[in-house]
Amino acid sequence: MDKFKEKLRQYGMLIALVVIMIIFQILTGGLFKGILLRPINVSRLIQQQGYILILSIGMVFCILTGGNIDLSVGSIVAMVSASSALFSVFLGIPVVISIFLGLGLGLLAGMWQGFFIAYVKIPAFICTLAGMLIFRGINNIILNGKTIMLPQLYVTIASGVIPDIFGSGDGLHVTTVIIGLICAAIYVARAISTRNRKKRYDFDVGSNGFFIVKTILLAGIIILFALWLALANGLQYVVILLIALILFYTFITNKTVAGRHVYALGGNPKAAALSGIDTKKVMFWVYANMGLLAGLAGIIFAGRLNSAAPTAGKDFELDAIAACFIGGASASGGVGTIIGAIIGGFVMGILNNGMSIMGISTFWQSIVKGLVLLGAVAFDVFTKSKAKAA
Amino acid sequence: MSEYILEMKNITKTFPGVKALDNVNLKVKEGQIHALVGENGAGKSTLMNVLSGVYPYGTYQGDIYFNGKKCVFRNIRESERVGIAIIHQELALNPYMTIAENIYLGNERAKNGIINWDLTNHQAAKLIQRVGLREKHTALIKDIGVGKQQLVEIAKALSKQVKLLILDEPTAALNDEDSNNLLNLLVELNQKQGITCIIISHKIHEVTKIAEEITVLRDGALIETLVKGRDEITENRIIKGMVGRELVNRFPARTPKIGDIGFEVKNWVVYNPLDEEKIVIKNVSMNVRKGEVVGIAGLMGAGRTELCMSLFGRAYGKKISGKLIKDGRELRLKTIREAIENGLAYVTEDRKTAGLILIDDIRRNITLSRLDKISNNNVIDDNVEIRAAEEQSKLLTIKSSGIYQKAGTLSGGNQQKVVLSKWIFSEPDVLFLDEPTRGIDVGAKYEIYTIINQLAEQGKCVVVVSSELPEILGICDRIYIMNEGRIVGEMDKETANQESIMKCILKSSQNGSESAS
Repeated sequence: MDKFKEKLRQYGMLIALVVIMIIFQILTGGLFKGILLRPINVSRLIQQQGYILILSIGMVFCILTGGNIDLSVGSIVAMVSASSALFSVFLGIPVVISIFLGLGLGLLAGMWQGFFIAYVKIPAFICTLAGMLIFRGINNIILNGKTIMLPQLYVTIASGVIPDIFGSGDGLHVTTVIIGLICAAIYVARAISTRNRKKRYDFDVGSNGFFIVKTILLAGIIILFALWLALANGLQYVVILLIALILFYTFITNKTVAGRHVYALGGNPKAAALSGIDTKKVMFWVYANMGLLAGLAGIIFAGRLNSAAPTAGKDFELDAIAACFIGGASASGGVGTIIGAIIGGFVMGILNNGMSIMGISTFWQSIVKGLVLLGAVAFDVFTKSKAKAA
Repeated sequence: MSEYILEMKNITKTFPGVKALDNVNLKVKEGQIHALVGENGAGKSTLMNVLSGVYPYGTYQGDIYFNGKKCVFRNIRESERVGIAIIHQELALNPYMTIAENIYLGNERAKNGIINWDLTNHQAAKLIQRVGLREKHTALIKDIGVGKQQLVEIAKALSKQVKLLILDEPTAALNDEDSNNLLNLLVELNQKQGITCIIISHKIHEVTKIAEEITVLRDGALIETLVKGRDEITENRIIKGMVGRELVNRFPARTPKIGDIGFEVKNWVVYNPLDEEKIVIKNVSMNVRKGEVVGIAGLMGAGRTELCMSLFGRAYGKKISGKLIKDGRELRLKTIREAIENGLAYVTEDRKTAGLILIDDIRRNITLSRLDKISNNNVIDDNVEIRAAEEQSKLLTIKSSGIYQKAGTLSGGNQQKVVLSKWIFSEPDVLFLDEPTRGIDVGAKYEIYTIINQLAEQGKCVVVVSSELPEILGICDRIYIMNEGRIVGEMDKETANQESIMKCILKSSQNGSESAS
């Protein structure tokens, strides 16, 4: 029973996501005919939310270091999207190179803030508030208040799909389905091999039944997801990028020394330092990484709008921060996961998308999102305090 | 009216899965100092929490009578109203407020929400005098020592017209002098003002000195109440009641196998990191042989912690100079990482704030300082880590539900074992143990001493810093005595005793002030 409760808590946010999904599916036209989960809308939702998800991944690390947040990411998005126009349009640099220049600029902005936060010891809140003003200003100087159209390649990255080499070109995107099947197969094979390795060490691996159900369920979700995308336009480049980022950063947090150092710093900075961890270096790279991811989000956002605009990325930082906290990150640091932030990001995305479909005004949308954030964190605090009392 | 101010009858308190208190009957006579002793987890604090309303009426079984009246407290406020005040081990003071503000915090001298500062300060000054605190009421809490903070807590309790004062480990963080002052104050409050006290303490010699009755708890049950004048009250007698067996020797025996000098410090000088004019460690030279346990004795503020931390990869201090020699080779350590790589380990005096990551599990705490041992190319191998953690946990007999239990939920003794595991896992040659048994019970102390002995037997150099002289005398082969940032004496196990060490400290203080003037 206790085990079950613990699992419930662990999957609480996921369950909440599913519930919200079902609610909006019904509200947008009924359980089976709802607009929300139609293939074309799922595809659109991912595109709308993609850059917020990327920001959330970076933001989780900031929050992990001790509840620090990065308020400047929206402005870095703006600066990098403006610089994309500067490099590729004003200066005529080839697009591929200007993309890398944009990423480099994001990284540089992150390192700038990381330096002040880690080594000059300026509180992250203040330092990134300054960054928010500075980087927004740079955007305005570059664009001089105008909106600039961008080359086609930016658009392709942000909203293009992979070519359908196996398909006939009508309706179903066959290549996407094939990739989905391959991914599901890889997932199942890996799950089995990990379990066998644990068995060899005589570790507790849980019941066979649970394992089989869980593996089949997840493989099924992967295939279903691929099928859904195939029914829309096909697999977008953004989806590939997102999945790669999620896998990479989950690996970093769970499996690497660097990830462990971030958690240790957030859990108890003194103990981490006395255990030989260079806490300043960790802090520096967390913010540098945030800058890099914000740069990436900036490029994708610019591509999606097909332009660089002075108001780009406004309030993105708030959505990303909300996503992390909805996803179970602790405001005092040391607790939080990438996958949690992604789930939180999707909760925000579905709220946005679902309410837009229903034609609810943006004023009300803002109120609902605020209440959901408050409710999610209150629920989290409540279950944690119950866990402590038990 | 009965002679008892407090009667707790058949108190039983269960938490899910554990019976924390089992049918406990406690009677406290009016105007007495009553001590409550027992190992960690024996139920002392739970019992006091039941009494003061932390656990409201209805969440426990049994009845409480205070001054003959049955008590049904729903919260701490209600117990305070009848005159019961509890001072917890962790002081509840605001460091950035003045003494006067703290005394009346939550109980402000106010009319219609507007504070009468003149009245507050006037009354606070009187209370400050009453507890013998030599500070102005306008001093900030952060600027006064722990001993004085403790007095502020008592003043705060007095401001609430306390009749029964409960103190949970009041002297745990105090040095001998401050402890004595505090105990004298309690006796005075008790005799002159008739305030009844319940004191929870691990320091049995203090308890035997001031308490008229001593109640021993073990595993949630009341074992016995010893009355001064009626029963034989000796430390051994009490310890026997606490642990349920006779602890013949509080320190496990060891035949020292002492080898060559393994670690040496020469002319070590350290300045205060906040004030670079101020010298903290003055020209310290010392050495430790392999297989030797060396103690550093001294009063609080003697610079013992600062010395160890500055040696450990400059974790403390500025403008450090001097030589470090390990196995005949000079070490130049600039970071803690380098210190660990060169076989040094430092177990901090404060395991909760600087030793452990309380929200992480045992496993992650143990491997933290040597993640390189469980990883390939910076990728952690979970399976290797789990095995390493289980091995360490078994080696030091950490009592837990498994290596995934969070460090914050362990008892003090087991937390300390986790910290030790972490540093044993780092395979050091030289270990600095700063107050390794602070705040843990007699049984767990014995286990920690055994671990220290094992480390020495493996030929490691062990340096123990402790404020408890009996402990230093009990486990060390050689003792350095520190005072005011200098080593002022060195004694062998045979020649050292409490008197000679204290004499050495006092003499050096006099010399120091003479030469300064």
